[in-house]
Amino acid sequence: MIYRESGQYKTSYINDSQIFPIKQDRYAVLAFIAFAFLAVPFIATPYFFSAILIPFLIFSLAALGLNILTGYAGQISLGTAAFMAVGAFAAYNFMLRVPGMPILLAFILGGVCASMVGILFGLPSLRIRGFYLAASTLATQFFVVWCLTKVPWFTNYSSSGVITAQEVKILGFHFNTPEEKYLLVLAIVCVMALLAKNMVRSTVGRSWMAVRDMDVAAEVIGFRIMRTKLTAFAVSSFYCGVAGALFAYCYVGTVEPEAYNLDLSFRILFMVIIGGLGSILGSFLGAGFIVLLPIVLSYIVHVTGLPNSVTSNVELMVFGALIIFFLIVEPHGLARLWQVAKEKLRLWPFPH
Amino acid sequence: MSDRKIGDVILKAENISLSFGGVKALTDISLDVREHEIRAIIGPNGAGKSSMLNVINGVYTPQEGTITYRGEQRKDMNTYAAAASGIARTFQNIALFSGMSVLDNIMTGRNLKIKSSFVEQALWIGRARREEMENRKVVEEIIDFLQLQHVRKTPVARLPYGIKKRVELARALAAEPNMLLLDEPMAGMNVEEKQDMCRFVLDTNDQFGTTIVLIEHDMGVVMDISDRVAVLDYGKKIGDGTPDEVRNNPEVIKAYLGAH
Ligand SMILES: Nc1ncnc2c1ncn2[C@@H]1O[C@H](COP(=O)(O)OP(=O)(O)O)[C@@H](O)[C@H]1O
Ligand SMILES: [Mg+2]
Repeated sequence: MIYRESGQYKTSYINDSQIFPIKQDRYAVLAFIAFAFLAVPFIATPYFFSAILIPFLIFSLAALGLNILTGYAGQISLGTAAFMAVGAFAAYNFMLRVPGMPILLAFILGGVCASMVGILFGLPSLRIRGFYLAASTLATQFFVVWCLTKVPWFTNYSSSGVITAQEVKILGFHFNTPEEKYLLVLAIVCVMALLAKNMVRSTVGRSWMAVRDMDVAAEVIGFRIMRTKLTAFAVSSFYCGVAGALFAYCYVGTVEPEAYNLDLSFRILFMVIIGGLGSILGSFLGAGFIVLLPIVLSYIVHVTGLPNSVTSNVELMVFGALIIFFLIVEPHGLARLWQVAKEKLRLWPFPH
Repeated sequence: MSDRKIGDVILKAENISLSFGGVKALTDISLDVREHEIRAIIGPNGAGKSSMLNVINGVYTPQEGTITYRGEQRKDMNTYAAAASGIARTFQNIALFSGMSVLDNIMTGRNLKIKSSFVEQALWIGRARREEMENRKVVEEIIDFLQLQHVRKTPVARLPYGIKKRVELARALAAEPNMLLLDEPMAGMNVEEKQDMCRFVLDTNDQFGTTIVLIEHDMGVVMDISDRVAVLDYGKKIGDGTPDEVRNNPEVIKAYLGAH
């Protein structure tokens, strides 16, 4: 009886097209965000910040980026990590080479560079799709990492290829502790998630979904296929680029090409599949799930006294099983399961 | 219906020929459409009716012939130009956006009316927000007109066939087209659904003055609601005129009506 939509008549379309049309949802999300900003800093330990919360947020952002491309616009990509790498290296070089460069601007410019690379490597999508597009994004992945390894200018001629990221400082305030970095990442992710939500509820988002679902009909209605696809590549890569920069500056603290390998691309793809294709919430659920899974598993292994080596094998098996489950049974992932649960709850205790 | 004013020719297809590899889909077809009329195209399966619609709105490019739409002659229409100049259509095989709700599907029909930029939409400010509301209002009117209120929020994949066809009509109407191409809008429907669809087509023509080009197999329906009928057979036009003229055309009787 608490979670109800009845009695809340939509008096105008403004209300109805709000991000969360149901009041309880709106309050719940606001409360959740307030909790994340105001309460979590007092509760969480440094380990919790740097091993769970920060990677969770950064991966959520990358998953959101991939979800825009794959979930909303229907273009498969195996090159997510490459776009993250471009974002990280671009931000690093802007910080390094432009005196007085504000770090937030460097993050944004990192995103813009990733965007441009995204558009370039998105061009094949105008001609090819499905498996062939996947193969071409795979080429992007290898090409970008190869380029960053082979052209020493990108790594500022560092011999090892591993560089320490510059200090994060905004308006004289230093973001040094995990807690401070968490708050910065949280703020950026909240803003970008809001922008993404706005996009998907307006014409640009509908153009993505239209092209994904039925491109001939989309064209006949007046959407321009090429522009729509390239916009999706640009926006998606921008999100991945910013996530990549945050990954370097607020999570690992170093900038290195090898961190952005195919493994990472796949991990983010799994997050999107498990979380839910075509859902913003799903990007967060998927990221949370994949960040937490190994931790929970190793805890279980620890408690049950099994040998530690079991953890990674169990992890792989659980992963595999889940991917197959979600691909076959519920392509809309955890987000859909959550929605179904909510629909049940909405009518409870009177199911009719 | 008799007081409905039929205007001048607004679309003229001249000597259209279209082939796919060796298959000749259309051979030297000329066809005109007058403003505000209901123009039917009939013919057996494979006669080239859908191909003709596809040529009119630029999905297919004919090898020969020209299209003149509202005084502008083109070798081939492109889909965007067709949409921008007010041609909307539905498809023989339902071509809805299956992952979106009924409301969103119909909203896509409004996309050419939206002027706000990508940045405005991402920020959901000023014009973007206002346009969303204004267009939503038009879409709600169409939803009322086609009696789709009860499925407004339903994902289209979950709808029954007859309702899907209606949603597709709604999406086309959302563009406020001056010409509507309907490819077998009543195929596969039961009698009641057909009657509803028939009424919607007539009302659209009546209330909004929309010119309608209709492909339909049900002869009763065609003869009832169309002003003029063109008959295709094996990619050639074998008859054209009012329902009565077509009904009494010996060649049509032989090739098409006789076969049924
Ligand atoms: N995209 C296409 N590729 C190849 N052949 C096609 C294509 N579209 C139509 N045809 C052929 O053109 C002919 C006319 O088809 P169509 O216009 O769909 O007929 P109708 O709508 O009258 O049933 C058929 O022989 C069909 O096989
Ligand atoms: Mg056909």
